[in-house]
Amino acid sequence: MAVIRDVMPAFELFQPTSIADAQKLLQQQGHDAWVLAGGMDSFDWLKDRIKKPKVVVDLSGITELKGVRTAADGIEMGAMTTLTEIIQHPIIREKYKLLAESAELVASPQIRNQGTIGGNVSQDARCWYYRAGWPCYRAGGNICYADTPEGRNREHAILYADRCVAVNPSDTAPALIALDAKFVIRTSKGERVVDAEDYFIGPDIDITRLHILKPGDLLTAIRIPSTWAGAQFHFEKVRDRNVWDFPLLNVASVMMVSSGRIERIRIAVNGAAARPLRLKVVEDAVRGKPPNAATGEMAGKLAVQGAVPLQFNAYKIPLMRNLVKRAIGGVQEATWTS
Amino acid sequence: MSDIDGKEKIEPPPSTLSRRDLIKGVIVGGVAVSSASYLFRASTLVGQSARGTGERLLTINVNGQLRRVDVMKQETLAWTLRHKLGLTGTKLGCDRAECGSCTVLIDDVPHYACSVLTHTVRDRKVLTIEGLASPDGTLHPVQQGVIDEQGFQCAFCMPGFIMASVAFLKTNPNPTRTELAHGLSGNLCRCQDYDKILTAMMRGAENMRRASRA
Repeated sequence: MAVIRDVMPAFELFQPTSIADAQKLLQQQGHDAWVLAGGMDSFDWLKDRIKKPKVVVDLSGITELKGVRTAADGIEMGAMTTLTEIIQHPIIREKYKLLAESAELVASPQIRNQGTIGGNVSQDARCWYYRAGWPCYRAGGNICYADTPEGRNREHAILYADRCVAVNPSDTAPALIALDAKFVIRTSKGERVVDAEDYFIGPDIDITRLHILKPGDLLTAIRIPSTWAGAQFHFEKVRDRNVWDFPLLNVASVMMVSSGRIERIRIAVNGAAARPLRLKVVEDAVRGKPPNAATGEMAGKLAVQGAVPLQFNAYKIPLMRNLVKRAIGGVQEATWTS
Repeated sequence: MSDIDGKEKIEPPPSTLSRRDLIKGVIVGGVAVSSASYLFRASTLVGQSARGTGERLLTINVNGQLRRVDVMKQETLAWTLRHKLGLTGTKLGCDRAECGSCTVLIDDVPHYACSVLTHTVRDRKVLTIEGLASPDGTLHPVQQGVIDEQGFQCAFCMPGFIMASVAFLKTNPNPTRTELAHGLSGNLCRCQDYDKILTAMMRGAENMRRASRA
């Protein structure tokens, strides 16, 4: 599709300065309203004329949505905190470096300066059939163009696909799941706090959304408890080029090791399914075992059980196996096997 | 684009005028040239404003000057700078936050101007390539570095690279070549001239350090 470089189609722009005002606006406007955070995902949709909202509600003027605060137990990040602020924040660097590492691998410096943590976890799928405006399942139609014999699906799902085979493209999401973060959501009925892994949904629950936010809901903050502060962290992202690109796969893990045994662990993978996957089976299997290559090997095999490749993404199965292996067994010990 | 109303008298451009000056003149003076795509675009926009989301007069701080300008709700900063304020040094490459040629500094932080709504920069300071040199015409040390090392081929990406460099060097005045490359990783060069660009930017860094010592 030709790239349109003209001005975006007209919309009404609202710039509320408080969460309450933003919510009021969203309730008034209903389905016509588009929530704009950093805009790094939104502008593509609007410029390509794929989504044509009548009203855009820009959250960038809401101060209470910005910044990192220390909370009773751990920290709380406003949803509009930029990725650069998160990367540079001294407490995050000291105690929750996993999140800083994942944010540092997002896109490019300019995008990190503007993209927000709330936007990064709430961004839409990158499947190009969907992004180009094809009337697929995710867009409300009844066909998947990627899951056909000739569909280009190198970047697509190997696990839990259900009609749609798009994947969640977020880098910070698996890190937040590993760190046991809580997402604070403001709905019309009040505040709701959910576990990071429950914020994301697959096509079996709703094929048109990657997260649980309904029109009018706002993600206001993300809290990280101190449970895993200073644990052994591992984040790895594999992509085609070293800037801009979304993950083909990424892995995030937090681990507490005592006297040579894995005492506690959380591990999550993204880019494999429509939601970032917490690998509970792996966590249970490696607890009490030494964090070495053999344990990693076993964990990797467990992680990809049930994986179903499409025409062009079979490579993701050994890739995921090895990423999980390296997360648990260590990067030095692991060798590439297929 | 209320300035394009065809009321101004059309002066034939002097023969010595460069293409760049001519385009700037067209924008600033509001003279319509039939082949200029700006005019076509302006007319479609007039249609849009008739539907109710028109322009609003904003005051924005660009290169230390307060500029009053009519801005549409959906207008990007790159569009305002180039087509309304005549600051064509900021280039539009991809218009999708993928190439970096529209990089400007907003409150000293580099952003892609193609992906910022002008309505969101009202209380902030915008710095473009035009605002780098001092009022007496002395070039910014990074600009001087480009000249010293002849850093670019076609140089379409240059303003973006220079703005990204200036911002990076403010917080990292003494980078290694790898660190600087990482800092400039949000900018693309279609000529693939990265090695020379980095050399020029390293020279710029050196110039900046020398200037701050002096």
